[in-house]
Amino acid sequence: MSDPLLKVENLRVEFQRSDGIVYAVNDVSFSIAPGETVGVVGESGSGKSTALMALLGLLDANGRVTGGHAWFQGADLLKLNRHQLEDIRGRDIGVVFQDPMLGLNPTMRIGDQIMEGMLEHHYASMKQAFQRTLDLLAEVGIPDPPARFRNYPFEFSGGMRQRVMIAMAIACEPQLLIADEPTTALDVTVQMQILALLDKLRRERRMSIIMITHDLGVATNFCDRIIVMYGGKIMETAPLDEFLHNPAHPYTIALFGSMLEPDDSEDWELHPIPGTAEPLLEFPQACPFAPRCSMAQPRCQTEMPQLRLFENEHWIACHRAEEVMSRAG
Amino acid sequence: MPDNALLTVEHVSKRFKVGRRVLHAVEDVSFDLPPGTTLGLVGESGSGKSTLGRIVLRLIEADAGRVLFQGQDLGKLSQEAMRKQRRYMQVIFQDPLASLNPHMTVGRAIEDALIVQQIGTKQERQEMVDEALRKVGLSPAVRDAFPFELSGGQQQRVGIARALSVGPRLIVCDEPISSLDVSIQVQIVKLLKDLQQDMGLSYIFISHNLGVVRHLSDTVLVLYLGRVVEHAPARELFRNPRHPYTRLLFDSILRIPKSSATRRKFVAIPGEMPSPLAPPPGCPFHPRCPIAVDKCKTEPPPLVEVSADHVAACHLAG
Repeated sequence: MSDPLLKVENLRVEFQRSDGIVYAVNDVSFSIAPGETVGVVGESGSGKSTALMALLGLLDANGRVTGGHAWFQGADLLKLNRHQLEDIRGRDIGVVFQDPMLGLNPTMRIGDQIMEGMLEHHYASMKQAFQRTLDLLAEVGIPDPPARFRNYPFEFSGGMRQRVMIAMAIACEPQLLIADEPTTALDVTVQMQILALLDKLRRERRMSIIMITHDLGVATNFCDRIIVMYGGKIMETAPLDEFLHNPAHPYTIALFGSMLEPDDSEDWELHPIPGTAEPLLEFPQACPFAPRCSMAQPRCQTEMPQLRLFENEHWIACHRAEEVMSRAG
Repeated sequence: MPDNALLTVEHVSKRFKVGRRVLHAVEDVSFDLPPGTTLGLVGESGSGKSTLGRIVLRLIEADAGRVLFQGQDLGKLSQEAMRKQRRYMQVIFQDPLASLNPHMTVGRAIEDALIVQQIGTKQERQEMVDEALRKVGLSPAVRDAFPFELSGGQQQRVGIARALSVGPRLIVCDEPISSLDVSIQVQIVKLLKDLQQDMGLSYIFISHNLGVVRHLSDTVLVLYLGRVVEHAPARELFRNPRHPYTRLLFDSILRIPKSSATRRKFVAIPGEMPSPLAPPPGCPFHPRCPIAVDKCKTEPPPLVEVSADHVAACHLAG
């Protein structure tokens, strides 16, 4: 396997709240290879967005990184100052958000916004940037680029705005694209269009993508490897086929069970995961999923399961992983 | 109108004036809803599904057509008579926090619905509040909480408890689970199913999540640019979609593959939904339709029966 493009080690993130500290990301480690697409799956509060936003210096004001490293092109992203990080963000790492309106300036023509990134990063001259913006608009599937260049974000539909956002994110040909729920706010047919666009871009550019999503359907169809997060920890990670054939964490299995697929089935008994995910107000010393887990034992309430390596690059953080695997097999 | 329908919607249309232009939100929609059943309303943004839900509740007045609920033409009711009917027709919204008064405790919010309907004495209402909370799986202790203190799933349960408290026969559920986490979505879907069985409720379930619609609905109505393109029993529709738009929608569902070899190929779907301000002539779907013929560009296709209880508005579906 080639050297990773990004290698995150023992990342910790905390948020200061009026009622104390929330431990949002707790010792998360993962890496992504050049050209690879990794899906980070989890529910709200799992820390999936927080972990990635922390790498980019995009945490809310009350959040801070309290530990870890994030190696990218020989530098530790977590040790860089704001200017150094801004230099990398948008040039070497592109970002696409769920709500394109958050990433777009409503008072600026979209063409100027796409050009701005290229000029700030000294990626292109004014003339080159202008021509490249027209090319990018065409590449992301926006008809009539010369006319649309002059439009403002509100003049676009949600799907078209997300295309503009993607054009901005890839303008400087980043090696890594971080896409945070890029299709969640979109209609299903538009979701397919955006995923088709990202699929084309990653193939043509050999760009790595980290896709943050709550949707197992999106993750398993789009990604080469899946990371499942819960309570600020990685619960399970495996290459796609291993993940599909041998899901081994009770939380992952419960997530599969929560997918309501529109197919005929005799057994339509729903088995929801009981309870809700609570924010962690103390540093977790035990499995964060234990309170909702149907397989939890006393040990799970007191002892943190470590991520353990099984066959086929399959990592699982569960005391009972062997039993779960043999049961499913 | 079948004798047993709880709700009958007949040729309802709604247009909004936007500047000098006219937005065709809902065009000539009809359906029946028998008691104890669920109609799924499916369509993308701009399809008119939420507007239709609001017309049913008479939160918006239709421009044409009528809505019969329990045999009464809602459009002809006085305000007072309508208020009384509202007891039997309730609504649950997508964002539970936005639909609950932030300054009211949960108990007060539910009691408020009872007060508006002049139901019970103060003592009786307290019991009804507890009963409603219990039905949605919340402890009576939640009564004294404020909405922001609850999780999203709990807030939506409160929204459901509030709707249930007055004893409705119909609940319009407008994307009630879209803002919830998947594990919580399943909890709420199960709750809605259980309540329907216990209480014989009817639902109009508005959602863009086709999996959930399939699980909850008896019949499904697919809307495109305000028009019904297909209407059939859920099982039949999902097995045998006849309208090209319904097929496109179903093709967009991302099921978990068995292996990487059976993953979806991502192919760009041509075109976007046109603006409802300028719907195309003929069949509204023809600019994006892979099988459109000349006739589709000029002649709006009527809804025709393609099999028993299954209608589709497509020249080529017959």
